[in-house]
Order: sequence, then C-alpha cells, then structure tokens
Amino acid sequence: MVQHHQHEVVIVGAGGAGLMAALYASRGVDTAVLSKLYPTRSHTGTAQGGIGAALGNLEPDKVDWHTFDTVKGSDYLGDQDAIEYMCSQAVPVVYELEHMGLPFSRNADGKIAQRRFGGHTNNETKQPVLRACYAADRTGHMILQTLFQQCIKNKVNFYDEFHVLDLLIRDGVANGVVAVELATGDLHVFHAKAVVFATGGHGRIWEVTSNAYAYTGDGVAITLRRGLPAQDLEFFQFHPTGIYRMGILITEGVRGEGGVLVNNKGERFMERYAPTVKDLASRDVVSRAIYLEVRDGNGINGKRYVYLDMRPETVNKYAELDGRKNPDGSAYRATGEQLLSKVPDIVDFARTYLGVDPIKEPMPIQPTAHYAMGGIPTNVHAEVISDAKGSVVPGLYAAGEVACVSVHGANRLGTNSLLDIVVFGKEAGKRAAEYAKGAQYKPLEEDPTAFVRQQLDRILSSAGGERLVNISEEMKMKMMDDVGVFRTAQGMQSAEQKIRELRQRYQKISVDDHGRKFNSDLLNAWELGCMLDVALTTAVSAEARQESRGAHAREDFPKRDDPNWMKHTLAWLEGDQVKLDYKPVAVTKYQPMERVY
Amino acid sequence: MLVFLKIYRYNPEAGRTKPSYDTYNVDAQPTDRVLDLLEHIKGRIDGTLSFRRSCAHGVCGSDAMRINGRNMLACKVLVKDLGSQITVEPILGLPVLKDMIVDMEPFFASYKAMMPYLVNEDVPADGKERLQSPEDRERFDDTTKCILCAACTTSCPVFWSDNQYVGPAAIVTAHRFIFDSRDQAAGDRLQILSNHGGVFRCRTAFNCTEACPREIHVTQAIAEVKQAIR
Repeated sequence: MVQHHQHEVVIVGAGGAGLMAALYASRGVDTAVLSKLYPTRSHTGTAQGGIGAALGNLEPDKVDWHTFDTVKGSDYLGDQDAIEYMCSQAVPVVYELEHMGLPFSRNADGKIAQRRFGGHTNNETKQPVLRACYAADRTGHMILQTLFQQCIKNKVNFYDEFHVLDLLIRDGVANGVVAVELATGDLHVFHAKAVVFATGGHGRIWEVTSNAYAYTGDGVAITLRRGLPAQDLEFFQFHPTGIYRMGILITEGVRGEGGVLVNNKGERFMERYAPTVKDLASRDVVSRAIYLEVRDGNGINGKRYVYLDMRPETVNKYAELDGRKNPDGSAYRATGEQLLSKVPDIVDFARTYLGVDPIKEPMPIQPTAHYAMGGIPTNVHAEVISDAKGSVVPGLYAAGEVACVSVHGANRLGTNSLLDIVVFGKEAGKRAAEYAKGAQYKPLEEDPTAFVRQQLDRILSSAGGERLVNISEEMKMKMMDDVGVFRTAQGMQSAEQKIRELRQRYQKISVDDHGRKFNSDLLNAWELGCMLDVALTTAVSAEARQESRGAHAREDFPKRDDPNWMKHTLAWLEGDQVKLDYKPVAVTKYQPMERVY
Repeated sequence: MLVFLKIYRYNPEAGRTKPSYDTYNVDAQPTDRVLDLLEHIKGRIDGTLSFRRSCAHGVCGSDAMRINGRNMLACKVLVKDLGSQITVEPILGLPVLKDMIVDMEPFFASYKAMMPYLVNEDVPADGKERLQSPEDRERFDDTTKCILCAACTTSCPVFWSDNQYVGPAAIVTAHRFIFDSRDQAAGDRLQILSNHGGVFRCRTAFNCTEACPREIHVTQAIAEVKQAIR
C-alpha cells in the first residue's frame, strides 16, 4: 500500500542540520521532517569537543582569524566566500543556540567557555587560541537535544523511523521523496514544493570508523542515482584519535586540554611534524604523522597504534616545556579532577571499551574514518547545483555533512562541522521556505514509487545467496587499505576493480527477512548498495586527482599542485562508470600558501 | 571464548506469535560488545533478528535491552563483564513489536508532556549569551546527559504496573529545566509533575539509577523534584 502526504517543505534527516532547517522552514510554511532514526539518535549527538566561534571570551580572537584558519585548514580548496559567510555567522549563531537553551559550560564570569582545538590559532602569535565553545565533551549531544526541544516547542511535524529511499525530480525540479515506514513496511510518497537533504555522511564504507551504523551515504547515493553529481568525495577525513580497532572517537579536546601523542619510544613525535602547534596541528597532518610513526616501527609494541596520554603528570610536563599560559598569564597546570570534569565522556569511553583509566594510563589510538568533506554540491545558499557552471536544481537544498558547500575543502577543522550544520541548516530552511512560498506543487509522475519498488523487489526476489555482510566487510577492508590515509594509483585502481566486482556480486544479494515490519535486513541491504555507489565514486575521484592536498595524500604525487588541481571534483555515476568534471575554487582574499603548522 | 546466547524472539508477522527464545553459540572476543554479537548473528546466521542500533558507543540511545535481566545498552556492555551465558530480551513495559524492538511512542509522549524546552524569551540587549555562573550550570549538569534510551523508565516497577506514570526519564528531563537558572517555567513543570502520574508515583526503588548507562543519579533527581514541589 502506498500512502500520500503533502507538505510544502520536506526535510530528510533530523540531525543538527535537518532540525535547524526545520525550525526555520516551519516558521513560514508547512514543514515535515523525515528520519530513519528517532531524531535524538542522530549522529550529531556524538560530536564531542565544541563548536567554533570567535567569541573571544577568554582571550583575543577575530572572525578573520577563524576564516583564515579554515581556509588554511582546507588546504586552499574551501570556497572562500562560503567560509567567510560561515565564520561571520558563527558568533551570532552560537549566541542563538545559547538563547534556545543550550547548556554551554561556563567561565567564572558566566560567559560561554571555550577551549583550544586543532588548527585554530591566534594569527599573530601563531599559537592555539581558545575558540571552541563547548558543553563538557558532549557539545553535539547538547546541540541535538536543544534543537529537537525547540522543534517540539514549535510543533514541527516529525515522521520518525521513515527511511527515505528516493528523491523525486520532474523536469529538473525537485518535488518530493519516497520513504518506507519502518514499522509497517508501507511506502509513502511525500509531495513537496521544496526538499532539503540533511542525511549525514558515509564513514561506514571504511573498516575503522567513528561513524554510526546509520552513516551509509544514503543522500549522496540517492542523488547520484537521480543523475546529480557528487563533489570532492576523494576528501574524507581520518580523525587521528580513534580507540584502537573500534574506531570510537576520542575528541581533539583531549589534546586541547593538554594531552599529547606518544610513540613506543616515549617520544612526543608531533614536535617533528608540526613544530609550532605540535599536537594541535590539523587532523590530516596528525593522522599522517601517526601512520608514518607506525610505518617506521614506532607503534606501541610494534602494533598499529600510538598512545594518547592525558595523565596530569604528562599534561603538566609538556605544558611547562611549551610554556603554556592561562589567559590570566599564570602557568597552565591541570589536575586529574579538572581533566575529568572537562572530558567526562572520554574517561567513560576509555574505561568501558579499553579498560583504561586515562587519568592513570595512556589510551591506545589510531586514525579512524570520521568525516566527509565532499558530498552533494551546493552554493552558499544551500541550493543544490548540478554542474560546473553552478546551475541550481530548483526546489532542492542540502546542508550538513551530506552537503559540499564547500567550507571544509580538502580537510575540515575540528568544531567546524557543528558550525556548518547550524549555519547552513538554517540557510537551507530559510531558503527552502522562501522558495516554497512562491512555488506551486509540481505534479508527481504517474508512478512515483516505481524506482524504489524496483530496487527493493530485486533484493527481495534474489536467490543469488550472497550475504550482505561478506560484501560489506570486503568493501570496508579494501577502502581502508587503498583509499585511506595514504594512497597510490595502483592501490586505488585495485580498489576500483574490487568495488566493481562487489557491485556485481551485490546483484545476487539475498536476505533472510521477507517480512514488511521493521525489515532491517532488507534496508541494510539497500544501504549497502548506497555505500558501494559512494565507494566507487570516491575511489575514481581520488585516483584522478594527481596531487596531495588535505586529507588526500598520495605517495606517488606527494606535493600540492595548485596550477593543475586547485579545483573541485564533480563526479557522476553512470552504470559502473564515473564521469568527472571540475569547477573552480572561489578565492576572495587568501592566495594559496605553503601549509605548515 | 565461546558464548552461549539466549535471545528473545517475537514476530507475529512471520508466525512467531508467542514470545520464545532462540539460542546461539558464538565465538567471541572478551572485548566484544553485546551489540557486536547481535550484529554477528544477524549478519551470519539469521537476518531476521531485529533490534535498533546506531552509534554503537553508548551515546545515541537506540539499543537499550534487558541483558542478563538488567537494562543496558547493548553497545556499552562487553562480553568479559557478562561471562559466557548471555540472555538478551526487550526492555519491559513498552509493547514489543518485533524481537528487541518496542513501541517507543508512549515513552516520547511522556517526554513531550514535560515542556522539554527552555522557557525564557528575554535575551540580553547586546544579543550575546545570558550569563550563568559555573555553579548554576553545575546544578543541572547531571540531567543534561540523558540520551532518552528508556533504560531507566523500563526498569521501574511502578512504570510496569501503572501506564499513567510518566517514568524516570521524563522527570530527568523536567529536572534539567527546573534547575536551570535561565528557565522561567519551573512552576508549570512542577504543577504537571505534582499530578497523578507524576513524581509522587515514584517509590524509590533505585532501579532507574542502576540502569542508567550515562550514570545519571536518577533517583536523586526525582527526589529533588519532589522536594521542589513540597
């Protein structure tokens, strides 16, 4: 049975970007939010360390510094007009979150507390700056809760556990989505004037990841299947500090509070890779340093991990060596109790999953697949674009991790993802509502669920006997080995070949569950199809880029190549071929320079 | 190590109209999460096994279950802490829909009844943040940690027997706002919670505090709300 609904704006995804969009869109027009999870389960809730804004609550800071740090962090691939906009909105949007009720941690004077984070600096002294506004080490949780609460207050319509499987486009104009209701298995058509995609990322295509099970690239895959391009997928961030083998994130805030990375010789090796900011270099730089340490035999016990050490004696030793000062000029020193109060969840994770008390023992960590800089291409107004000229797809918006504005370029700075979701979520909501006010419902195709039924029926009717878990594991391992922190042409070609094979085998996938209610077996299989599409597009985009920039580090092309490659990739998936085009980077006032920390 | 798993199954659509248990022997690492074992069974043995999960590290609140008789998050308990015999069942007191999946709607309805949002339209004239001292912020810190997993509410014997009772999680939410120095609607929330179904249904069993995977002092929070009403 197919059920029909009509809402002027339909938002897909209920994390920070989707909820912020919903708050703003619902002020003007009839709005609905669809999410495959209950909103409070969204991945925004796992963000820990903070949201970047140059409030200057503890020491001088400037929007311009935040802007430059973000441009530099992006390795000059970020669009500078978009970065200027995001950083200029950072200060008011953080105050707005506080006004909504977000329980930020506080300084002694009652203002919002701020901490250091990788790549965020005082541009004059080049030293790390206190810019990350935080609520202990659960800033994302508090953003998600606060926005959800505001949506309840404002009576936003939610369709919880509605998994969107298709985007409807007619004559080039977005006019709805198709979703399956998990509880019943029924298909629902949502007829809309405007659609906002805020579906999050796709880190689950790698073996070791900080990402939730839900992060399967649905949004990018759905738009690829509808003939739209994906931008800059070769840029995927590996966060330096994931719990060894499990990938669970340990916030950069630990290093912001004074924690250091140590190899098997007891050496604080980041001094060699980033002499000025050391452990607070940008994430791509730190992840590569860890890989190189392990390759050189400096992993702990010869294994593929190093230590993240936040014991007070270690923190204080290096704070003294670095001459680190508090804002009042006194020497920085920390007690175990103070560190515990700054990052309580991290202490809990370490105790639960490692059996380690991080105040007493160092934590084994390795880089973990964390964040998609690439995604659905949009302009600075969150409007989805369909080509290198920037042609807008009327009625279609994207925001948050699924989108590529691009404010993160080749590498995202910590705290800028939470900023991105609230700034561009808001923009998407406002723009979608404005558009919807002046638009008519464009008639639906005669059989709008045909494409979804075709995809699901193929999985349900297959007798091929391929188990999805086998395909999934092989994909994740291959992506980790050959499209990970370091890359070569040979490795990426073998990855492309492997993913193409897996996509063939995927045609023979069969599931055990043929019921309608809560059929997660079927939907996991559908999600695997999304991941394979995104993985192939990522590998091909990466192989084509013959340079090293940000998170894309090639051993066979170790240098950044601005004359040839300071441009964004656009990739279209056609069958098992990926077609590429390129679009220029928007440069306002920052000319590319060598990037050192 | 070999683990013997006993898992609750219920799926009327597929003819399993009466709750029953399936058993599995699984080769596990001591550091495996129970969620890893469930994923293994679903992926390798029986794809029809159904449960909710997302973040897999105790933050999103999707996978609260009864594990060896106690409410826990399947992603936050390791095999080594349970031993080689593990029983997994759905949380109690909410209608079971399929295997470990329960109907969460009554739970979220109670949450929404608490006015779960800051009430305060006054913002500083300069547009900046309202000030709040670290001590005032600390006053409600514990209850901001709630992830709405329902482990507390569905461990509560009063909730099992009285579906009018809003349950511990809703009170934790109310507490988070009642004791926030910025909020102006404490009186309204206390009024709601002084009614039948409110905070005085609590019989201080402490199950909720033991069940909370975020280590929130739930019973204490409830006591503080009771005290605020008196």
